[in-house]
Amino acid sequence: MSDPLVNAVGLSRRFGDVVAVNEVSMQIESGETLALVGESGSGKTTLGRMLSLLLPPSAGTLEIAGNNVVGLSRRALKPVRRNVQMIFQDPVSSLNPRQTVANILTEPLRNYRLGSHTEQTARAIELLDAVGLPEETLQRYPHEFSGGQRQRITIARALALNPGFIVADEPVSALDVSVQSQILNLLADLKERYQLAYLFISHDLAVVHHIADRIAVMYLGNIVELATREDLFRSPTHPYTQALLKSVPEIRPGKRRLGQVLQGDPPSPANPPSGCRFHPRCPRATDLCRTKAPELETRSATSSHQVACHHADTGA
Amino acid sequence: MKHYSPTQLALKRLRSHKLAMISIGILVSLAILVISADLFTALLGIDPNAVNLMNRTAPPSAEHWLGTDVLGRDVLARLLYGGRVSLFVGLTAALAAASIGTFIGLCAGYFGGRLDALLMRTTDSVLALPALPVLIVLAALDLKKIGLPDEIAYSENVSFFRIVFIVALLGWTTVARLVRGATLTIKERDFVFAAEGSGGSHFGIMFRHILPNLVSSIIVAVTLSTGSVILLESTLSFLGLGIQPPMASWGAMLTNAQETIWEAPMLAVYPGLLILITVISFNFLGDGLQDALDPRATS
Amino acid sequence: MIGYLVIRLSQSLLVLMIMSFVIYSLIGLMPGDPIDLMISSDPYMTSEDAAHLRSLYGLDLPIYERYWNWLMSALGGDFGYSRLYNQPVAQVLVPALMNSVQLLVVALVLSISVAVPAGVLAAYRQRSVFDYSVNLFAFAGISIPQFWLGLMLIMLFAVLLGWLPAGGIAPEGAPLGEQLRYLLLPAITLTMTSIGSHARYIRSAMLEVLRQDYIRTARAKGAGASRVIWRHALRNALIPFVTVLALDFGFLFSGALIVETIFAWPGMGKLIFDAIMGNDYNLALLSLMLATALVLTGNLLADLAYAWLDPRIKLGSRG
Repeated sequence: MSDPLVNAVGLSRRFGDVVAVNEVSMQIESGETLALVGESGSGKTTLGRMLSLLLPPSAGTLEIAGNNVVGLSRRALKPVRRNVQMIFQDPVSSLNPRQTVANILTEPLRNYRLGSHTEQTARAIELLDAVGLPEETLQRYPHEFSGGQRQRITIARALALNPGFIVADEPVSALDVSVQSQILNLLADLKERYQLAYLFISHDLAVVHHIADRIAVMYLGNIVELATREDLFRSPTHPYTQALLKSVPEIRPGKRRLGQVLQGDPPSPANPPSGCRFHPRCPRATDLCRTKAPELETRSATSSHQVACHHADTGA
Repeated sequence: MKHYSPTQLALKRLRSHKLAMISIGILVSLAILVISADLFTALLGIDPNAVNLMNRTAPPSAEHWLGTDVLGRDVLARLLYGGRVSLFVGLTAALAAASIGTFIGLCAGYFGGRLDALLMRTTDSVLALPALPVLIVLAALDLKKIGLPDEIAYSENVSFFRIVFIVALLGWTTVARLVRGATLTIKERDFVFAAEGSGGSHFGIMFRHILPNLVSSIIVAVTLSTGSVILLESTLSFLGLGIQPPMASWGAMLTNAQETIWEAPMLAVYPGLLILITVISFNFLGDGLQDALDPRATS
Repeated sequence: MIGYLVIRLSQSLLVLMIMSFVIYSLIGLMPGDPIDLMISSDPYMTSEDAAHLRSLYGLDLPIYERYWNWLMSALGGDFGYSRLYNQPVAQVLVPALMNSVQLLVVALVLSISVAVPAGVLAAYRQRSVFDYSVNLFAFAGISIPQFWLGLMLIMLFAVLLGWLPAGGIAPEGAPLGEQLRYLLLPAITLTMTSIGSHARYIRSAMLEVLRQDYIRTARAKGAGASRVIWRHALRNALIPFVTVLALDFGFLFSGALIVETIFAWPGMGKLIFDAIMGNDYNLALLSLMLATALVLTGNLLADLAYAWLDPRIKLGSRG
């Protein structure tokens, strides 16, 4: 497929004076997992919301399967939504406590009038099976399930409309470590089976190493590095990425918080530094960095590895 | 393993709230008593409207268990029929106010923006009115001047509808604010975003996702406002502006109590006492419901 | 902050303007008009006379014009004549307002002097019998019909015991003690409704502050610091209490109407009631307007106090 499934160019989002996402461009191919990594305040959740069509961008273009989705009315957007679904972080608030699981799973089908009542119920059972839950789950209410099971239900719901693209916003962060790998394996499994593309948002590099094809590192609204998994872990180029990787001695799933090794506090997006937004915490910062923001460009060596740094070639 | 719906869980929590359960007991008993008023008067052969000037303000007797009032009417019978009116007005007006308030609060909270600003400004304006004086004006209005035909304006039941109407007219504001606040919170929950992403329409989301999660707040609001409405109706009826004779309500029975304090003090005690017991029960029940339906909320 | 004040002030004025029109229209819908009353007192008046008088007084004009005329004269200081008292309306209102203020102030003092100690004690002895009693009392306070409470108090203290007068106001120039005798029952009736709620508010505000402070200072100092903590907590709890009082202002006003009517206290509340019942349009109109303005002022003060206390709130911007 020559056209990427998701094509974002120059996406920005501002809230009042605060620029949460600053001219981000990225492409995601069908069947690929792109991980989006960053601290809180990096804008990754906002970017995720824009890509899942839940938040309109302030500027930029976004195409899903070749169709432009910016500036569309709610009605025009409805057919596109079938292709883009979302999985959320909090297993408690992502399911309506007053709906049975059956209702939760058939609601997308009802919204698009897909199938009769019996067909919808059959589909719901099919979805539960795909995520490893028994048929009895249908009559129960969300509060009767554990966090891991609730995430499975959320995933089942996301699959209901047969989407090609799923935005997963920290899907395992709120789960016990033992359950995390189960859900990650499930996601990887489903990706194979249904040819899904994921935007996998996380703050945990170890989790990302497990599942990502490519990784984008985000800092204060900008993507500072974008590379395949091997390239990023083998030769990280941006000083921020290098610092992050230093804090992960071994690749093991866990809740290691990013940014512990860096000097200074993470600045708030309301008052970003001038020039390159990373310069106050960068060991390589020069006057150039303070005045001019670097572009995200490919290094000469590999065409797919992109970095936004004035001193990308120097350093470890 | 037993499955409990969220409603059933809430009911279990309510059962452990002692004051609320006592209040339910009191209210149910009262309801049974006033509903069976007809039965009672038939059995004892008493007509609550039968005036008997020979037997004014008589003390309790075998024939009149609580004595008679200034016109010789049986007090107990009037208390029962009056209770029927008071309770009915209370519940009806509270439900009417809650419906209006829910609709406004839901739309304001969900759509936000200018609609929200407009609705909230209106709510604040209504709240700014000194409630009782305005209610008195409304109750004193000449219905003919607003175009109501004679048969309705002078009919027997008009005082009932009128009082339900004006109390609801001012009472929706509290519910509107409450519902708006709750809507704003619920709107931000992930399952609402998921519903939007699954192709849900505005009204679909409002009625299938937000409203069911508002129900607990609404129930609490209705219970608590019933108490306030009963107080309001009794005050207006006391002033002669609410329920008109020959229809009785507890407040109306107290209309001339100030003059009769000297000769028959108990006539002033009974209706007021019943109002107090009823309203405090509704308030305790509302408090208990709040704890049961939303255990995370602090009182 | 000044910007916020200006915005809120203009909002309140706008509301007042709209409400004045609403009230004007409502009053106009009351039974009869001034000419009808004249007709009923003068059997010789013919319908032509009536029509002539109506146009003379401008009573046949559409409501907008009538409202405008009224507004223009009101802004010029002419509020019309009171039919019931045969004086200019303003002259009737001012002494009544003074009497109401007297009553409200006494009620307020009573409320604070009982509610604050009760609330503090309830916080100090949480879950004690006293605490539960305060809670019960608060519930009873908001559940009792105010007019009935007044009647019961009259029955007890005036009829049965004969200690206090059953109503009315002390004659002009009477000594303070005598004035208080007439003020006591109405003031108690007014405050009963809110005393319990105020006590509960103080209680929870105290507990809130204590929870924060206790943990902090307990580490730093020893046991002797507890009294200091309590005093500090009280101070912190009293400040937002002011906003509660400001908001209650509106309720007090409505309540005053009933209380004043029962106890025949010649204040604004009773005036409003008599004016409405007696079809004194000018008096009813202005007194209602004044009541609305006072309630709006109370709300405005409460908002300002709240905003001043909590600078974290973004003043003037909505959510």
